[in-house]
Amino acid sequence: MSRRPYVRKVKRSWWLGQRRYVLYMVRELTSLFVGLYCAVLVVGLFRLVQGRAAWDGFLAALSSPAGVLFQLVCLAFAAYHSVTWFALTPKAMPLALRGEPVPARAIVGMHYAAWALVSLIVLVAAGT
Amino acid sequence: MARSNKPILWLPFAGGGLVAALIIPVLIMITGILMPLGILQLPYEKMAAFAHNPLGKLILFGTVALPAWHAAHRLRMTAHDLGLGGGAVVKALCYGSAGVLIAAAAGALLAI
Repeated sequence: MSRRPYVRKVKRSWWLGQRRYVLYMVRELTSLFVGLYCAVLVVGLFRLVQGRAAWDGFLAALSSPAGVLFQLVCLAFAAYHSVTWFALTPKAMPLALRGEPVPARAIVGMHYAAWALVSLIVLVAAGT
Repeated sequence: MARSNKPILWLPFAGGGLVAALIIPVLIMITGILMPLGILQLPYEKMAAFAHNPLGKLILFGTVALPAWHAAHRLRMTAHDLGLGGGAVVKALCYGSAGVLIAAAAGALLAI
């Protein structure tokens, strides 16, 4: 028996017409820049293995105008990922405490608090 | 009961989304702004010592591997949304590149 399910044609540009669809696509594409920055981190790990000269070269590349520009773009997308991820967490994982639903604002707020705490710890660890 | 491999894909996806949200922005701030401006230094000895420490290795691995998996899974879904198909090529490209990154990170951390 062969199935021939009907697949509705969708234009590739379907998301360009509406602001909320564009924002959805920007939100999903944050993952591209998260992935690219992960690749930068892996390169850094290899430079660390290769020794001091390689590591210093890696830092110089990060500090070059192209390196900084690339990272600023990554930062914008990464921050957008954080904000949107925290916003959707109470929708994806609603919590209940003793049968009472935890307000979404409380869940989002805890995530912002954790973001601030982690950022502070990393900054202190890097700065001292 | 219907079996599904979705939880295996989903758990590290959600974990990676959280890890990426919490730690990636501050890391980019350090390597992309504070270090180039000279406000922070990332000296070789200190970074090598951190990567040498077992807890440091674990933190570095989690920081790379979980967000990399998150990105791969999300890009695969987005490729489908963009009409690029959800077939084997997209899967291989997304999960393959994440797998290469994760294996490379593990290799580098074991070599230090």
